[in-house]
Amino acid sequence: MPQFTDILFFGLAGLVLLFGFLTVANPFSRNPVTSAMFLVLTIVSLAGLYVLLHAFFLAAVQVLVYAGAVMVLFLFVIMLLDLKEEEHRRLKSGILAVGSLAVVAFVGILLATLLKAKPAASAVAGRLVEGDTAKLGTLLFENWLLPFEILSVLLLVAMVGVILLTKKDLK
Amino acid sequence: MNVGLQHYLIVSGLLFSIGLLGVVIRRNLIVIFMGLELMLNAANLSLVAFSRYNSNLDGQVMVFFTITVAAAEVAVGLALIVALYRKRQTAHVEDLITLKF
Repeated sequence: MPQFTDILFFGLAGLVLLFGFLTVANPFSRNPVTSAMFLVLTIVSLAGLYVLLHAFFLAAVQVLVYAGAVMVLFLFVIMLLDLKEEEHRRLKSGILAVGSLAVVAFVGILLATLLKAKPAASAVAGRLVEGDTAKLGTLLFENWLLPFEILSVLLLVAMVGVILLTKKDLK
Repeated sequence: MNVGLQHYLIVSGLLFSIGLLGVVIRRNLIVIFMGLELMLNAANLSLVAFSRYNSNLDGQVMVFFTITVAAAEVAVGLALIVALYRKRQTAHVEDLITLKF
């Protein structure tokens, strides 16, 4: 008798992989907007998986930052650039074949490694951690304070860089 | 059957491969970028799973940092694409062959 969370895991994992596939290789539409919409669905399903892993704070951040901020940026740029004619280009079958072969080989290596590592990856049930906001915040501001501050500088640098890059005429 | 670390790692690996597939077969810069995002998310998923099953919250802090860096990376990358589009009127990798030998 499978547990309810197990059923939920398989459902969400299936959704993540399905939506992820439709993001990059949708057989019906090559429109970047469609890809962006499926990317949103992938990210929201991933947030569901984070909840299953008891990483509640990260699930919220995932939805806020990725499905909110990052996707708005993507859609904004897609609408800004007129990419209509891209849809009519055909994928070269040679690239498609070689690329798919390389990815299938990669999946093979990955699965072989994972199945080999099975005995080592036994989980310790009973004392699993909860990723709630209070604990994560304490950890962040006690052990990881310096990386956190450096990250804020990185965001500032990124912001200045973006503004400079998109300026019409640099003087 | 119990869902364990193994299952999450397999999902993460497959998601990474899907992202890689997108980077390899698509020719549109923005969709290639979306493939990169999928790969980053796959790495995040495996970090969260490791953190959960090894009883160590540091993995989740790492994911928090990754998400922030990814947001900065998306902003810079999309700005580069916009700047490129201004100069060359294209966001298609097959048109950007100046450096091709």
